[in-house]
Amino acid sequence: MTWVNAVLQGILLGGLYALFATGLSLMFGVMRIVNLAHGDLSVLAAFLAFALIDAFALSSFVTLIVVVPAMAVLGYLVQRLLLERGLRAGPLAPLVVTFGLSVVLQNALLEAFSPDSRALPAGALGTASLQLTESLSVGWFAVLCLGLAVAVLAGLQLFLARTAFGRAMRATSDDRETVQLLGIDQRQVYAVATAIAFATLALAGVLFGMRTTFDPSIGPARLIFAFEAVIIGGLGSLWGTLAGGVVLGVAQTVGAQISPAYAVLAGHLVFLAVLVLRPQGILAPAGSRP
Amino acid sequence: MISVTSLDVRYGDAQVLFGVDLSVAEGETLAVIGANGAGKSTLLKAIAGALRPARGRIVLDGRDVTGLPAHRRYPLGIALVPEGRRLFPSLTVEENLRLGSYRGRPGPWRLDRVYELFPHLVALRRRSAALLSGGEAQAVAIGRALLGNPRLLLLDEVSLGLAPIVVRQLYAALPTVIGAGTTVLIVEQDVGLALAAADRVQCLLEGRVALEAPSAEVTREAVTRAYFGV
Repeated sequence: MTWVNAVLQGILLGGLYALFATGLSLMFGVMRIVNLAHGDLSVLAAFLAFALIDAFALSSFVTLIVVVPAMAVLGYLVQRLLLERGLRAGPLAPLVVTFGLSVVLQNALLEAFSPDSRALPAGALGTASLQLTESLSVGWFAVLCLGLAVAVLAGLQLFLARTAFGRAMRATSDDRETVQLLGIDQRQVYAVATAIAFATLALAGVLFGMRTTFDPSIGPARLIFAFEAVIIGGLGSLWGTLAGGVVLGVAQTVGAQISPAYAVLAGHLVFLAVLVLRPQGILAPAGSRP
Repeated sequence: MISVTSLDVRYGDAQVLFGVDLSVAEGETLAVIGANGAGKSTLLKAIAGALRPARGRIVLDGRDVTGLPAHRRYPLGIALVPEGRRLFPSLTVEENLRLGSYRGRPGPWRLDRVYELFPHLVALRRRSAALLSGGEAQAVAIGRALLGNPRLLLLDEVSLGLAPIVVRQLYAALPTVIGAGTTVLIVEQDVGLALAAADRVQCLLEGRVALEAPSAEVTREAVTRAYFGV
């Protein structure tokens, strides 16, 4: 039963990883930008929530009403003012810009919040659990995270498939020169895609903060998990990102079942195995290349 | 309706167009012909806004659009069907078409009228645009541009790489487009096709206008001379 429990907990943890990785997947899919500051931005979102709770004694969930839109606006501005200039200088420049952003964020957070570990209060929901069988129970908070991940991914998929702006976004991803000949300002499309990516990573950042502790330097370690979820699932596939997150989560909890020290290592090993055996990702369409 | 005055376009150090003048009246069809590398596609790209001219003016309906980027010219009614079709491969045929009306003008061209014009696209509407034959893709590219209800339709090398029978089918759609009030500017390598489709013809030779005449009056010798510069 402990193994079943480990797999179950892993699936739920995978929901949070998938939610976190969505923004990375979207930014790569639309703009071919690898955002190296992705992890640090999620930590920034958690610290924003922390500051709001500190000042106004809010619940962690209420801070989302402020943090998510604020991060979306930040995303829009970062794309228009920083990454757009970088894109004009070639494909490597945005990578360097996001790396710089990562360094700046880590130091600014260290300056503002000190290197102490923090956590966001999860309230009664943090400890409440649902008894499935005598020896099997799941935390409501983890269930909520998985539910939110599925809802966000489904919403994003519908947006891309059914709305005019979503179609414009997919078209821009295909051919950014030709969309301009159809009246679409590709810079606007890019900025909105980045805003969506930042909103989802902000949501994930706050949820991460409610689940475990965070400090200003934890961003790059988080980024690895997002990378692994995206690569395992298959680049450019949103449902693949969910599958990748779940596979990573299960690998970690099963690894931890063997020995707590193996949790992260098991995740990395599964990631490497996927890279060797199925580099296009587990959910990528047959015949597509990585 | 559209007038281009003393247009120079360069790619870096290489100048492609030298003081090109061109004008098309409302409802008229002009064909631009010329050899490979004469600057025909460059001229269309400059009119659509995909290239910035080094010198010269482009005026649409009395409004100077020279400084406007491509994405702001489309809503004013300039639509380019680019060389090589340039469909979006991850979108279906119908999604490609719908993208044409997204930032377009209101007008007579709607999805059902495009399907009337190219009935063979109806069966393909849910197919990925990556899986079309050249002729089908060209029909989608033309339909996509029409859905923006352009005042000026720019057609770049519609016949390129297509079988003659397919080209004839595509050109058969042109009178309907012109009948709906659209002004058309065609770039074409096939001189016979160009003369048959257009009211007036203009020949480019190494980036300069070498001949301009009504299609009915132009002689084969004059075209040959302007085309090859002999």
